[in-house]
Amino acid sequence: MDAKERRTLIVKRIARDFTDGMLVNLGIGMPTQVANYLPEGVHVLLQSENGFIGLGPAPADPAEIDPDVVNAGGQPVSIVAGGCTFDSCTSFAIIRGGHVDATVLGTLEVDQEGNIANWMIPGKMLPGMGGAMDLLVGARKVYVATEHVTKDGAPKLLERCRLPLTAQGEVNVVVTDMGYFEITPDGFLMKEIVPGITVEEVQAATAGRLIIAPDLKEITA
Amino acid sequence: MSKATGLEHAMSLILDGMSIMVGGFMAAGTPETFMDALVEKGVRDLTIICNDGGLPDKGVGKLILRRQVKRLIASHVGLNPEVARQMNAGEMQVDLIPQGTLAERIRCGGAGLGGFLTPTGVGTVVQEGKQTITIDGRTYLLELPLKADVALLRAHRADTTGNLVYRRSTRNFNPPMAMAADLVIAQVNEIVEPGQIDPDLIHTPGVFVNYIVKA
Repeated sequence: MDAKERRTLIVKRIARDFTDGMLVNLGIGMPTQVANYLPEGVHVLLQSENGFIGLGPAPADPAEIDPDVVNAGGQPVSIVAGGCTFDSCTSFAIIRGGHVDATVLGTLEVDQEGNIANWMIPGKMLPGMGGAMDLLVGARKVYVATEHVTKDGAPKLLERCRLPLTAQGEVNVVVTDMGYFEITPDGFLMKEIVPGITVEEVQAATAGRLIIAPDLKEITA
Repeated sequence: MSKATGLEHAMSLILDGMSIMVGGFMAAGTPETFMDALVEKGVRDLTIICNDGGLPDKGVGKLILRRQVKRLIASHVGLNPEVARQMNAGEMQVDLIPQGTLAERIRCGGAGLGGFLTPTGVGTVVQEGKQTITIDGRTYLLELPLKADVALLRAHRADTTGNLVYRRSTRNFNPPMAMAADLVIAQVNEIVEPGQIDPDLIHTPGVFVNYIVKA
């Protein structure tokens, strides 16, 4: 499996956890692709924090693009049948109030206590947190979709985040191009491993405490 | 009495140094005609409260580009590199606030509330300098209301009493901002007579709105 296939496996695997009727908020980038790999017969409603439920793809015909229908990144999208629109207060009541079943976000760092840092690099990058802090605190289940190491090969799964946190202890599951990990009181519990990767390789690429599930399985798409 | 007025009159009410809430999310739902008019008028030293920093020359980005903003209060500025440039050069103060907290602080400002308790930001830099309160074992931050001199909104349709209806994803911050400013002016696509909008379908009651401008 090449690097691209392993990346695709991340979003395919997360999609397999979703069940019919869930309300989900997907972050920008890799998390957005989760919607493309939902299992047969599973329909989830996507929330867009700028103010609607029922996020759908951009119209194929550019003439049908409605400038009043954009996602949280300002890109043209559609609202599916049964969708509804609301203001930002209602949108974040939905998010903070525990009405979003799951969210999927990318990250810079995540640690063994479920802390996450994905909104700023001091002196380098300060885009603002947008809705990420609210989503992490409010979503019933938080998935992190990320490559296991940085471009320079440094671990992203840490004992303790070094960058400023986006939220404290809110992450439930981390899925990387090496495996599927649950955050437990004892550390990162690896429940599934990507085919072709060894446990030793995962251990070497992980800075936080890693526990291997006794019934470790291979990830299947 | 009709609340419809002309662009020139509406913009004559905006003065140097004012705090202004501007509706919209990445410029969707931002009154662009008002932004253009304020650029032309050249008002300065503004405090802008908006979800984001707009785009380089769209939404509130138009005012930022021309250095008319001394302070920006927003949740996200990543799509407008000019914000980071002015912030790093010390030319503009930028306060970053979690999006849900920003929306609720504005709602509190308009709803007569002294603040609210949110779990968002606990254990992060957002917590710095804030009072924490524990309820049923969970820690919350006390967040305070936010108000402004003016709110500039964008709606789809209004009647002459100022009742507003928004379209699709353009509603976003417009309704809470309508409640939280001393002077509220909405740019609308269409103005109809009272009774032509079903009262059950009105998003912002006209009582919050001072003027509407068709543009």
